[in-house]
Amino acid sequence: MSNQVFKWVDDRLGLSGIYNVVLDRKVPKVNWWYTLGSASLFLFFLQAVTGIFLAVYYVPSTKDAYNSIQYIMNDVAFGWLIRGIHHWGASLMVLFVFLHMLRTFFYATYKFPREITWLTGVILLLTTLGMGFTGYLLPWNQRSYWATVVGTEIAGTVPLVGDFILRVLRGGSDLSGVTLARFFAVHIWFLPAIIVALIGVHVYLVIRIGITAVPKDGD
Amino acid sequence: MSESDGINRRQFVTVVVAAVGTIMAAFIGLPAISYLISPATKVQEKDEWIPLGPLENYPLGTPTLFTFTRTTVNGWEKTANSYGVYVMRYTEEQYKVFSNMCTHLSCRVNWKEDLSEYICPCHDGHFDIDGQVVAGPPPRPLDEYETKLEDGVLYIHYVGA
Repeated sequence: MSNQVFKWVDDRLGLSGIYNVVLDRKVPKVNWWYTLGSASLFLFFLQAVTGIFLAVYYVPSTKDAYNSIQYIMNDVAFGWLIRGIHHWGASLMVLFVFLHMLRTFFYATYKFPREITWLTGVILLLTTLGMGFTGYLLPWNQRSYWATVVGTEIAGTVPLVGDFILRVLRGGSDLSGVTLARFFAVHIWFLPAIIVALIGVHVYLVIRIGITAVPKDGD
Repeated sequence: MSESDGINRRQFVTVVVAAVGTIMAAFIGLPAISYLISPATKVQEKDEWIPLGPLENYPLGTPTLFTFTRTTVNGWEKTANSYGVYVMRYTEEQYKVFSNMCTHLSCRVNWKEDLSEYICPCHDGHFDIDGQVVAGPPPRPLDEYETKLEDGVLYIHYVGA
């Protein structure tokens, strides 16, 4: 019965075709360093899901941001767990994406025909850092406030256009509700949209080209 | 592997994966659901006697509006709600206190002197001076408050959800 149902759906959606192409790929014998990409992808998924849940209670205004997070942590059932996963998952994702980049670099697997995989990966690393930077402000506590003062001030040291960049980042000359709102928008809409699109290209290329073998001595 | 055990390796793996998967889904799903419904599970009990001032201040024969405000905590904020009650004195001793909340969908009714009726502006519900439904969609008469008199002061028993 369940086989017939699956066959009916499969005849129309081609699920087994997706399975064969995506999961049943031929791969060379590789090591644990090759799992960092999947780990990064899983962490992004985890961040997306916990982030969506946090958005149920979080309010990005200078009046409500701090209090809404206190509410999530102290009053909402399992709020501490959802925010805890998002908090630690964020650090872990930066770490894993960075290690994934190091693995690719030291195995020299960014070469032909994988240059575009590498280039999208570079942007993915930068957007991941962008997620960390924008997400850090959202609790609107002393630490996040001053971290963002310093972070935007550093961006302001760019020659000639530094002051302009600083004012664009802050949405004015000071850190304010405008800053909080634009960091929130970038954190939940702009960067995730870019990341999803680039992961699409990145993973498509991994599936299309296949993964490299571990380089041997003399390679 | 013998087939005579009644279950082969493939079936065993299927069953174990399904069982473990169900347990894992419950471990993730139940906290997620309770996270979402959490605010709805916190009900604040309200039960108090609210003074409406000396009964003698209210005129005979005409419903008179009295308003008061009560706050509840929602999330990290206090929400102030305004309530209105109509005090209706029939005689010196006989009186009733009606809620101004329409029994249809909780809009606030107004006493219209020229019609001698309470009218709900939302869906044109009409109630007479005793709170009985005259016209429109309200399913029952206006709610009446339990009252008491202490030293000439009128109190209503306010029980909120």
